[in-house]
Amino acid sequence: MSRPVSYNLIQKPLEKDISVASLPDGHQGEGFFATSLDSVIGLARKNSIWPLPFATSCCGIEFMATMGSHYDLARFGSERVGFSPRQCDLLMVMGTIAKKMGPVVRQVYLQMAEPRWVIAVGACASSGGIFDTYSVLQGIDQVVPVDVYVPGCPPRPEAIIDGVLRIQDLVGNESLRRRNSEHYKALLNSYGIQ
Amino acid sequence: MALTNDTIQQRLQEKFGESVSAFRDSHGMLEFSAPRELNLKVLNFLYDDATLQFQFLTDLTGVHYPSNKGNELAVVYHLHSLKQNSRLRFKVFAPIENPEVYTATGLFSAANWMERETYDFFGILFVGHPKLKRILNVDEMDYFPLRKEFPLEDQTRIDKDDEMFGRGGTIK
Amino acid sequence: MSEQHIKLPEGSIEKTTTTLNLGPTHPATHGVMQNILELDGERIVSADQTIGYIHRAFEKLAERRPLAQITTLTDRLNYCSAPLNNMGWHMTCEKLLGVQTPKRVDYLRVIMMELARISDHLICNSIMGVDAGAYTGFLYVMQYRELIYEIYEEVCGARLTTNMGRIGGFERNFTDKAFQKLEKFLEEYPPALKEFENMFQRNRIFMDRTMGVGGIAAERALNYGFTGPNLRAAGVDYDVRVQNPYSSYQDFDFIIPVGSTGDCYDRWLVREQEMWQSLSILRQAYQKIQSFKGAEADVYHADTPAYYLPEKKDVYTKMEALIYHFKIIMGETEIPVGEVYHSIEAGNGELGFYLISDGGRSPYRLHFRRPCFIYYQAYEELVKDSMLSDAIMTMSSLNLIAGEMDA
Repeated sequence: MSRPVSYNLIQKPLEKDISVASLPDGHQGEGFFATSLDSVIGLARKNSIWPLPFATSCCGIEFMATMGSHYDLARFGSERVGFSPRQCDLLMVMGTIAKKMGPVVRQVYLQMAEPRWVIAVGACASSGGIFDTYSVLQGIDQVVPVDVYVPGCPPRPEAIIDGVLRIQDLVGNESLRRRNSEHYKALLNSYGIQ
Repeated sequence: MALTNDTIQQRLQEKFGESVSAFRDSHGMLEFSAPRELNLKVLNFLYDDATLQFQFLTDLTGVHYPSNKGNELAVVYHLHSLKQNSRLRFKVFAPIENPEVYTATGLFSAANWMERETYDFFGILFVGHPKLKRILNVDEMDYFPLRKEFPLEDQTRIDKDDEMFGRGGTIK
Repeated sequence: MSEQHIKLPEGSIEKTTTTLNLGPTHPATHGVMQNILELDGERIVSADQTIGYIHRAFEKLAERRPLAQITTLTDRLNYCSAPLNNMGWHMTCEKLLGVQTPKRVDYLRVIMMELARISDHLICNSIMGVDAGAYTGFLYVMQYRELIYEIYEEVCGARLTTNMGRIGGFERNFTDKAFQKLEKFLEEYPPALKEFENMFQRNRIFMDRTMGVGGIAAERALNYGFTGPNLRAAGVDYDVRVQNPYSSYQDFDFIIPVGSTGDCYDRWLVREQEMWQSLSILRQAYQKIQSFKGAEADVYHADTPAYYLPEKKDVYTKMEALIYHFKIIMGETEIPVGEVYHSIEAGNGELGFYLISDGGRSPYRLHFRRPCFIYYQAYEELVKDSMLSDAIMTMSSLNLIAGEMDA
């Protein structure tokens, strides 16, 4: 297959051949590296997030373009998209959620195992978008707690990747005790989730 | 020989006389109406007649005319004759107190879901339909949203301020 | 083993079928629809569909918006081929308003519509491959959809929900860059399509998965209101571009590919051949565009000051342009009273727009005749007595786009 022609006229030279994730703060010595457990676990988790693409409409097609080879979400660790909630970390809700679909989103969220994150991709998932109607849920944060919102209608693949990178920041900096904390429990209770 | 609107009108008037009325040429498409009791008879005639052969149901939908007292709800059939390359529009009207129209599912299987959608939006009851229940909206909905008296927005939403959109609130 | 301590539920011994819930969230990324299948072992006894999981009330929304703003709604019908829907809507408005578009506008529209058709069929065919287990074809093909997206971006600024064109034509003339990108596409895409075809068309596994699966006879298809590639696969050569030509399609020379049994393999083949035909139409349209010289080459919209916004420099200098600008923006233009039904050949079939206007700036009633909604009714008949994996292949070969189905 012939390589497609690039339409970027200005060539940017590669600065480094391989980029590595930066080391967290810690103490180094001959043959050892000491840091906090939080940072190591955060580093491991954030570079291997397995998303659950909950694609309902147009944003789903942009997600397909993001997973394609041009924009390639897989290089950020999201190589394996799963459709089984138990095996996934990140619920990516992409597209309009109607009131009929609300209970289904909630059900899928409840079935996910901790730690779990939610990203609302697109204007419709964030706030109802252009569909201010009787049948559309005005944002999925009416039914599930959301971590990152990506605006756009549909957001460009670069924006979706940016959203996933923000999730990576959240994952990397999260304390290991957050899921058992009072604050988190209160958040879930406000959604009616025990 | 191409089928012209005049030929269709003539054949219909031969068969149904005064029952078919309101013939109009609407941007090239013939449009007419008939009383709602005759809708199946007209559809069957258009299907079986050798010169007409309107055997494809393109579309079936409803319209709400609140100002048309006695005939508020309309069911509009768009028919297409593939062999003669001709289209027409057929309307029947029903009052809002008793919006019953005979179903066309016996003749066209395509009418099944289209009638369910029309019921869902307008509340037109299709007599004889195999499964007339809501198709697009939630099953628990108790009103018919596309009727003119109901608003577009969900009135229980709290994050959008109607006043900012120029409706509701204290600013009329 | 005695059964005295096991109390079986009433009627459970008589019931021999298993109920399987397929959807509304399922890995086949077609959108949200639910199928409750009754299975006898692996054979499907019945299938009950539930749709409406993405009902966005387009028809009620349209009653609130002026005609030009409804284009953004039509984008979101069949979102894999948004320009087709946009052009169809603009042609409906032009029919109501009595606007005649010049030839160059028609040919530019044809280019955009055929690109959208290629984009739609590429998704459908490659997802059929994914559902059969072959992910590679999908990845190859997405690269060429990126080229199509770049052409859309050059013309209207957006990739997916394009809102392309205006009533009467386009918002700006196509730049040279757009035509360069179109030329690159016409050069690079055919070998890739050939490679994609070679991967699937005579592939033993793909043929076994799709031949004889989900077939429908032509009479039943017509009775169910099928249109588009699904109907053509069943053997009926009904194409709205040929029966009721719009946008100067009568000036183009193309054939209508027709199948015979209406099964999944035929649908795949019909879509594949339609992509080749679209390429041929694209080349013809591009040649016709290049033959316009001089002042004719700058025409990109019809001459209807009443419905097409005048250029800003005229608005600031000429009185009539200022008045028209004001009238169009404030919604004071004379929209004729009447009803119009116009249909185009969209990616899935005959997409129709039934517009009832009462003279106001927004429609009194707008109804979309959506092909997906109409042919999904036949799903039970298509999958009865076939196996569970066939149900998946049939669903993906029908090219069900939930946005169009629920509208």
